[in-house]
Amino acid sequence: MTTTELPVAADPDLAIIGEGEVKGPGIWARFHAPRHLLTVFVILVALLWLLPSFSMLVISFRPEALFEQSGWWHLFANPAEFTISNYKNLFAGPKGGTVPSGFGAGGALDSLRTSLEITVPATVLVTLVSALSAYSLVFGRWRGRGFIFLTIVGLMVVPLQVAILPVVEGFSDMGKWTGWNPYGTIPGVVIFHVAFGLPFGIFLMRNFFRGIPKDLIEAGRVDGAGEWTLFARVVAPIGIAASASLAIFQFIWTWNDLLVALVILGADPHVPITLFIYDQERALAANFWIIATGSMASIVIPLAVFLSFQRYFVRGMLAGAVK
Amino acid sequence: MAAVTVGPVESAPPVKKKGSIEHAALKDHLQSVAFLVPGAIWLLAIVIYPAIVTIKDSFFNETDTKAVGLTNYKDLFTTAETLIAFRNNVIWVLVFPFVVTTIGLVLAVLTERIRWATAFKTVIFLPVVFSVTASSMVFAQIFDVNPHVGVVNALTQTVEDVFNPPGAYPLQPGQTAASLASAGAVAGPHGTVQSTTAVKAGGVVKMGLTGFPPTTFQALGAVQAVAPKVVPGGVSGLVWRDFSPNNPTDSTSVLSGEDGYPQLHLSLVNSSGSAVASTTTSPAGYFSFSHVGAGTFHVRVPASNFTAGFGAGGVGTSWLGGQSLTPTANLSQTEQALLSVPLVDISMIVAYLWIWAGFTMVIVGAGLAALDRQALEASHVDGATEWQTLRRVTIPMLAPVLVVVLVTMIINVLKIFDIIINLGADTSEPGGQSSTLASDIYYKGFTDGIHTGLASALAVVLFLLVIPAMLFNLKRIKGGGS
Repeated sequence: MTTTELPVAADPDLAIIGEGEVKGPGIWARFHAPRHLLTVFVILVALLWLLPSFSMLVISFRPEALFEQSGWWHLFANPAEFTISNYKNLFAGPKGGTVPSGFGAGGALDSLRTSLEITVPATVLVTLVSALSAYSLVFGRWRGRGFIFLTIVGLMVVPLQVAILPVVEGFSDMGKWTGWNPYGTIPGVVIFHVAFGLPFGIFLMRNFFRGIPKDLIEAGRVDGAGEWTLFARVVAPIGIAASASLAIFQFIWTWNDLLVALVILGADPHVPITLFIYDQERALAANFWIIATGSMASIVIPLAVFLSFQRYFVRGMLAGAVK
Repeated sequence: MAAVTVGPVESAPPVKKKGSIEHAALKDHLQSVAFLVPGAIWLLAIVIYPAIVTIKDSFFNETDTKAVGLTNYKDLFTTAETLIAFRNNVIWVLVFPFVVTTIGLVLAVLTERIRWATAFKTVIFLPVVFSVTASSMVFAQIFDVNPHVGVVNALTQTVEDVFNPPGAYPLQPGQTAASLASAGAVAGPHGTVQSTTAVKAGGVVKMGLTGFPPTTFQALGAVQAVAPKVVPGGVSGLVWRDFSPNNPTDSTSVLSGEDGYPQLHLSLVNSSGSAVASTTTSPAGYFSFSHVGAGTFHVRVPASNFTAGFGAGGVGTSWLGGQSLTPTANLSQTEQALLSVPLVDISMIVAYLWIWAGFTMVIVGAGLAALDRQALEASHVDGATEWQTLRRVTIPMLAPVLVVVLVTMIINVLKIFDIIINLGADTSEPGGQSSTLASDIYYKGFTDGIHTGLASALAVVLFLLVIPAMLFNLKRIKGGGS
């Protein structure tokens, strides 16, 4: 594996969160006496880490009116406080007309849909374009590949703040000349996300592709296979796991973005869920029940994606712990 | 990009060629270069070219019409507003990466041999997957100033109530002890109330107070106030609720319907101001001090009666406020901007540790799993203690991983933005105590009128700050045999 600049476990099967199964005696092997103390300590740490999310979950299931009157922990003394009305209101619609209804512009369901409309194309494009570029960098035979690769490694840490102002201006110029201004639109957000997802994507895919024997490609070339055929029939099937790592990583990254949407969407009422939460927080009469339920709704999809594809996500993270 | 040349092959395939084969090989070359085109265009158009424009804009005025030289940069380093942002970036970079890496190391080492480590690590890792926006909202309620919302203040208030129990008559926010005095009573020193006139032994004191609702008295079991009896050689008296619904304008006499102040702690203060005796009032508000001796005395109601506890509208610490942890009283505006350490920064760092500790733990854990076990075992055989092994063998062997984690986290907090504008709210605006370079770029560039020049200069400075990290990565990846 080419990311062995980092002395981390190179075996992909170890590159998951639960690689506690190390071979040989562990550091604590001889640390007998306080072993049970260690267990207690670790359990306490786990509870401490669960508490914040758990408190938000409880708040989302308590009546709105009680939020400022008594702490969320009162639910356990008074189980009758439990209610799902916050979620009903969030998804099904308005309470007194001040909160946008579910699928209406600016509603929570509309925002979740908008998040998907941004995240899915951005993920597909980053994965595809990165794979193509990485193929060219690994299997192409043109000069300067090393230089281009290092340029891309350099771009990985460029803060997007460095580019975003001129991009917004450039989008407007584009609107003047072509009649289509990506500023304030979902494609505009996607275009920007893809650009800043590519350096990491190309880096990751290149490192995975380098594990594919070059002989395989050379043999294909000798047999007269075109580059497209080699990419589609040889490299892509082998690189599918690598693509999955990148895709999962990019999906969660894009889903959780606030800044790009905040800047590029402008005043568009259709906003992704992160911006929905931010707008609610900044509203003059901030309704914490919306913020709590909205936050819970916003983490369901990345959580499901992560738990389903955990090992791919962590593998991608380990391979490119530089972003 | 000019270095891209469709040149001769590095390792030409050992094919002996007819024209058609050469033609096909050339076509392959062109195709393999063509694969790079979409990525290259994207990066050139949306990253590289705009970055160059930003550098150019940073030397222009706000409307981007006139070159102003280094004026924007000079403004950045001389106005208190942006100095605060720099200071906050420094605080973040100095504190966060080191602490989060240490926590990651500790958690990775502690869980190394625990059988259910997978479950534990997943729990710690989950916040990495949540958006920083959602996590910020979680901590907004955890740090809420109202102890009936925020669990941190609920805990600190509960602890404070233990050491400093609330009084029977907690004041509402904004209410002062002085405002309670109605008849025969005046404000005393340090939030107390005391009798207006001095008395000698055998004297009687009547103090009328107002300012608490009937429910307070019902809860304390108050009954109708009665005229106090004289105690020879002592001081006796009455504290009563000097407000009758039947006669709201009277504010001197004890009327029917006016209750006593029960459970009020009182002290007898001599002429030199020291407390010589203490007592507590009866349900009718009656009290007495016996055998007081010579001299004149005041009866005082100590401030402890009016302490508001957690249960009575107590207000906790403003964890997300801009108050500084370092003394700033005698500093100039610029010095304050540079030297204060606002509490909001520390609270945000705590929240950010919760978010990122799982990331550092997993990467350090992977490094740990790849270590040479024999070296560790040898260290044990040689009789090293756990701590010595950790410090002298494990950590040095892990150093490359720890440095990468540290650098990754430094880059992360240099660009810190989401948690600032979400959790910092008002204090994140330019000049606010939690503002950072990235938040200033956003506000100045996109909301607060358009300050293209200043925002661009800030972006360039941010870029310059990440360059050492970029060089580190380049060196690492180049040296790694790419």
